[in-house]
Amino acid sequence: MVLPRWRMVALSISLITLIPLLLILASITRPDAELWSHLLEFQLPELLANTAWLLGGVGLGVLLLGVPLAWLVAVYEFPGRRIFNWALMLPLALPAYVMAFSQLGLFDFTGPIQSWLRDTTGDSSWVPAIRSTGGVIAVLVLAFYPYVYLLARNAFATMGRRALEVGQSLGLSPLAGFWHVALPMARPWIAGGLTLALMETLADFGTVAIFNFDTFTTAIYKAWFALFSLPTAMQLASLLVLLVFVLVVLEQRSRGRRAYTQAGKAAPQPRLRLSGVSAWVASGFAALVLLFAFALPVAQLGWWAWSVFDTEFDADFIGYVGRSLWLALIAAVVVTLVALLLSYAQRRDAKSALIARLATLGYAVPGTVLAVGVFVPIAWLDNWLLASFAWPEGTGAILKGTLLVMLLAYTARFLAVGHSAVDAAMHRITRSQEEAARNLGYSGFGLLARLHLPLLSGGLFTAVLMVFVDVMKEMPITLMTRPFGWDTLAVRIFNFTSEGEWERAALPALALVIAGLLPVIVLSRQKESAS
Amino acid sequence: MMLLEFDNVTQSYGAAPVVDAMSFALADGEIGCLLGSSGCGKTTVLRCIAGFEPLQSGDIRLAGQALAKVPAHQRPIGMVFQDYALFPHLTVSANVGFGLKGWARRERTARVAELLELVGLADSGSKYPHELSGGQQQRVALARALAPKPRLILLDEPFSNLDVDLRERLSREVRDILKREGMSAILVTHDQHEAFAMADKVGVMQQGRLRQWDTPYRLYHQPADRAVADFIGQGVLVPGMVSGPASLSFELGEFSGQLPDELAAGDAVDVLLRPDDVVHDDASPLTATVLARDFRGTVFHYTLALPSGQKVLAQVPSHHDHAIGEAIGIRLELDHLIAFGR
Repeated sequence: MVLPRWRMVALSISLITLIPLLLILASITRPDAELWSHLLEFQLPELLANTAWLLGGVGLGVLLLGVPLAWLVAVYEFPGRRIFNWALMLPLALPAYVMAFSQLGLFDFTGPIQSWLRDTTGDSSWVPAIRSTGGVIAVLVLAFYPYVYLLARNAFATMGRRALEVGQSLGLSPLAGFWHVALPMARPWIAGGLTLALMETLADFGTVAIFNFDTFTTAIYKAWFALFSLPTAMQLASLLVLLVFVLVVLEQRSRGRRAYTQAGKAAPQPRLRLSGVSAWVASGFAALVLLFAFALPVAQLGWWAWSVFDTEFDADFIGYVGRSLWLALIAAVVVTLVALLLSYAQRRDAKSALIARLATLGYAVPGTVLAVGVFVPIAWLDNWLLASFAWPEGTGAILKGTLLVMLLAYTARFLAVGHSAVDAAMHRITRSQEEAARNLGYSGFGLLARLHLPLLSGGLFTAVLMVFVDVMKEMPITLMTRPFGWDTLAVRIFNFTSEGEWERAALPALALVIAGLLPVIVLSRQKESAS
Repeated sequence: MMLLEFDNVTQSYGAAPVVDAMSFALADGEIGCLLGSSGCGKTTVLRCIAGFEPLQSGDIRLAGQALAKVPAHQRPIGMVFQDYALFPHLTVSANVGFGLKGWARRERTARVAELLELVGLADSGSKYPHELSGGQQQRVALARALAPKPRLILLDEPFSNLDVDLRERLSREVRDILKREGMSAILVTHDQHEAFAMADKVGVMQQGRLRQWDTPYRLYHQPADRAVADFIGQGVLVPGMVSGPASLSFELGEFSGQLPDELAAGDAVDVLLRPDDVVHDDASPLTATVLARDFRGTVFHYTLALPSGQKVLAQVPSHHDHAIGEAIGIRLELDHLIAFGR
């Protein structure tokens, strides 16, 4: 049977993600007894315990921050609410590893907070140690609570007031209405935000590396680059993928439920005005979160960057910025084009929808896993190429160590980001608009060029921007697959922080934060125009 | 020769055919209409002609040329979509000129201007579709479809998104425009008034079958079968019996007229009585009791019970105001005798 042309396109695209994933998963079926007994004895207990602590702690933390903030901002009116509404998303602009080392700097014994406490009260020993499990959890909570906040806020904003009114008409106070009506209704959204935060936690490499808190991602990295044992890296990666799949299933289920729960477009509803103490408690809570999750870390970065600016801002630094921008731009354009092909294939062939869901699974898969999963088949292909053709004397690698490996891994990881932006725009082109253009004599490429590209330009721009910033911030894939000479800002930050040179890491980090603000602005603009 | 021949076409999705062995033909310059309730397959017919649905069996010929192998974008057929499908990123002029590829710039500009003039939007060329009202958008869609000078225009429920008032006015306007251009067209609708107002030929479709392809007048007064009689206009089937070679009798008397050949004397039949066949006449010895009344402005529609209990409908001028339960005199004016055997 001959498959439709566009389904072939979609299938080929899905291979970029599926080959690495299946390869990693397959390695679990070929366990190496010796390797496993070593892993079981020395590494796995600690890795599993650490991962469990992280998932539990971060999960609880993002709920405790994200849900109340979302509820306050969506339903009540209090001083500063309009600003908090978008400002509470700002921590998304900080990569978690940047958040990590600036918090370390802030809260260490010699840092400004403890010093200030000692100067004013004479004692800072009661401040809990930041270099601890609790410290890692706190940093990741501050970095990832916006996922829960964003989704829960949208849910509450569309149904919150109405839910409250129903509750009130049945004799429930606003607080009781929150517990008995709004919270159960918003559960699919909150669950969606929570699983996204947990996926990011599993995928995180930079933060745990800075805290020397070993998880699967750092163990995979060390197995490959310190022990030079790719098989160990693959076995560890396969375990991590199993954990990820549990989250993917949970996330997809929450999406399904969201489709059935009517969120609807509620008319703009008057907010409940908080007054007196409760108003200031609400403002104070939001301000405190924003202070610790954004203002203080950025101020710390700014202070450090300023103190080393004269020595650090040199041609070298410009080089890193240039490479980061250039690489992110190439990757963003490649990913967006692939996303466009995939979205167009879905348009031409309805059965490609399922394939597209598989092809975009990479958003859930940690970069360390994808780096290993893309590298291994390329290495095999290289060996085959070397053996099959005559190459000049001394040729050791054909594809290994080229930009291709890195671009494939980026595409696998960020295709979902680009695809969702392109596909949202694609959905706004109606079937009858396409048919009208065909009816007026356009087909094939002419149709794409005259109808789709002009109408998709906004979505394509968003896709390029989002992927661009994600690639700028990306650490493990870049670290593990970069060709020689392709050190980016993220790599520079990794190198400095692993030496404890936080001041020097601050300048590249600040550059990333500025880039990271772009998608946050786009995101809040989109929300505004949608509401 | 016929412009469009739709020849024994069957289209199925899954087991049940959506279009079932359907044939009809449209002469050059004629406006045809497919009329039916939603899901009867009428839109599928249109999409087959346009080339959006691959033809499964049968033949479609345009001016004698088989269309089955011609891709949609090469068919000289224009289409006006239900939602208009205007391109939001293009001005009205650019929308109208979209299909004029390969035309010299001056000719294209002239053609666009000509069409905007034709649809009464000469001043709106530089506006964007969202700045126009629904009726104006609909006329841009028509102009865009007409621009490349197609042989045939297809209109899919063209007025369903408009207010009732606008719908009537625009359907007359569109008919005038098409006739002025000498354009052949096929319209699809579920609205009888629209079909009758627009079309020279109307086809009644039901469950993928074409029950009758005829002029509006003949559809109303000579429906081919019970289904068409039931669907077109209002009416009641009253039991009767064939009493002679060209006459039949039922509760309201004996009437003569043309009868279907297969009916013979003594056969039991159902006679179709339209509301306008039943005339209010105080002098008539026949009386019926008012069961229900439906005030329509210019007329009353009364549901009447004959002495036997048989219900009939009567259309009566609106100043004849009768209460429910009242007995009124009626008389039949049967110009067209329509009977179906049982």
